[in-house]
Amino acid sequence: MSSVAVIDYGMGNLHSIAKALQHASPDVDVQILSNPELILQADRVVFPGVGAIRDCMEALNQTGLTEVIKESAKTKPFLGICLGMQALLTDSEENSATQALNILPGHVVRFPEALKDAAGNNLKIPHMGWNQVHYSAHPLWDNIPQDSRFYFVHSYYAVPDDKAIIAATTDYPNTFTCALSQANVFAVQFHPEKSQTVGLQLLHNFLHWDGQV
Amino acid sequence: MSLAKRIIPCLDVANGRVVKGVQFVDIRDAGDPVEVARRYDREGADEITFLDITATHDNRDTMVHVVEQVASEVFIPLTVGGGIKTLEDIRRMLNAGADKVGINSAAVFNPEFVREAAQRFGSQCIVVAIDAKKVSNPGELDRWEIFTHGGRKATGIDAIEWAKKMVDYGAGEILLTSMDRDGTREGFDLPLTRAISECVSVPVIASGGVGNLDHLAEGVIQGKADAVLAASIFHFAEYSIQEAKEHLASRGIEMRL
Repeated sequence: MSSVAVIDYGMGNLHSIAKALQHASPDVDVQILSNPELILQADRVVFPGVGAIRDCMEALNQTGLTEVIKESAKTKPFLGICLGMQALLTDSEENSATQALNILPGHVVRFPEALKDAAGNNLKIPHMGWNQVHYSAHPLWDNIPQDSRFYFVHSYYAVPDDKAIIAATTDYPNTFTCALSQANVFAVQFHPEKSQTVGLQLLHNFLHWDGQV
Repeated sequence: MSLAKRIIPCLDVANGRVVKGVQFVDIRDAGDPVEVARRYDREGADEITFLDITATHDNRDTMVHVVEQVASEVFIPLTVGGGIKTLEDIRRMLNAGADKVGINSAAVFNPEFVREAAQRFGSQCIVVAIDAKKVSNPGELDRWEIFTHGGRKATGIDAIEWAKKMVDYGAGEILLTSMDRDGTREGFDLPLTRAISECVSVPVIASGGVGNLDHLAEGVIQGKADAVLAASIFHFAEYSIQEAKEHLASRGIEMRL
């Protein structure tokens, strides 16, 4: 039986993610873990997160999990979700510039103020709700129709230095990066665990992914 | 290609049971919130809101259990409101699998609670529920006030100023209920919805008064709501969520179909 570690560093809705992973693949051993050794023993790693990035980085440093995340991201199928995606970049504008993990070189920026939608209404921030995801080929999109809607809730988004690692984009109203792929690391801004059928499919794909592109 | 407007069915729950006369013929137990949530999920609900209408201490434990059960099989955002008064209440609901909590009267009695909650758990999970009632006379400029105790008690607080303040304090979303329209089936208070939606930067959910599918569409088109919430039109199975979404799409509204 293969195993997946959901990293517990005190941030985020871990139970939702664990339940969705279990539902997506009942044959996988899903564990919520904070113990570095046990995380390193797992076959796959999910790095979730909601909230503010400074709290996230502080929690990672306090729990000593920074190195475990860096190590896992080198060696095994690794999925970052929401703030767990943003934390993989070099730094974030949030909380007046916060250094992040620099696993995926690039920056995290805020949606600009005073944007209008197609009907001329003020665009709301956070970007909250179901939006379409336009992807480029990757095993994690298997059996997911192009332009499917996933559930988002965020005010910041990733801008990678290397555009080649962009795995999907979304429009709000400008096009932004909503998924990144670099070797065995995959990261999404939306919440697959809250995106019903397509979200469960993505989690299922991750749980059967060998980390090869 | 853009963000879809959301349809959110609301379940009123008392002692672990859905109340207000749910009448589904095709599910085993129409009073079971888990069964009803499962059905709404199948029909394409964009989120589900549970409102604990008794909100007593014992009932809270029951609600936690309901949320746990729903969250293990329904994978869309879940909001729980009703009687959320402490950080511990929020923590329990989030740990049970809720994604957001609705804070209503506790925000009125102690606005700092909203700030503390947003700082601790993040704005993304803090929905401030506003119950507003029109207080201006005919001919005067429209004015709405915040009411508590199910719309019986005026607070003297202006609804628009209150909404702005709650966003400043960290609310990630506003659930706006017109106490004039709630239960009337006459449609949303559109001027109220629009006034609030245009003055805050966060999404606004319109609530109170839905009697047909056009009301939902008007909430989005005229009321400028980002999401629409309804209870009875879905509970009585007059319309399915799917029908509602198709109707809004036919009115030119972006939906997740």
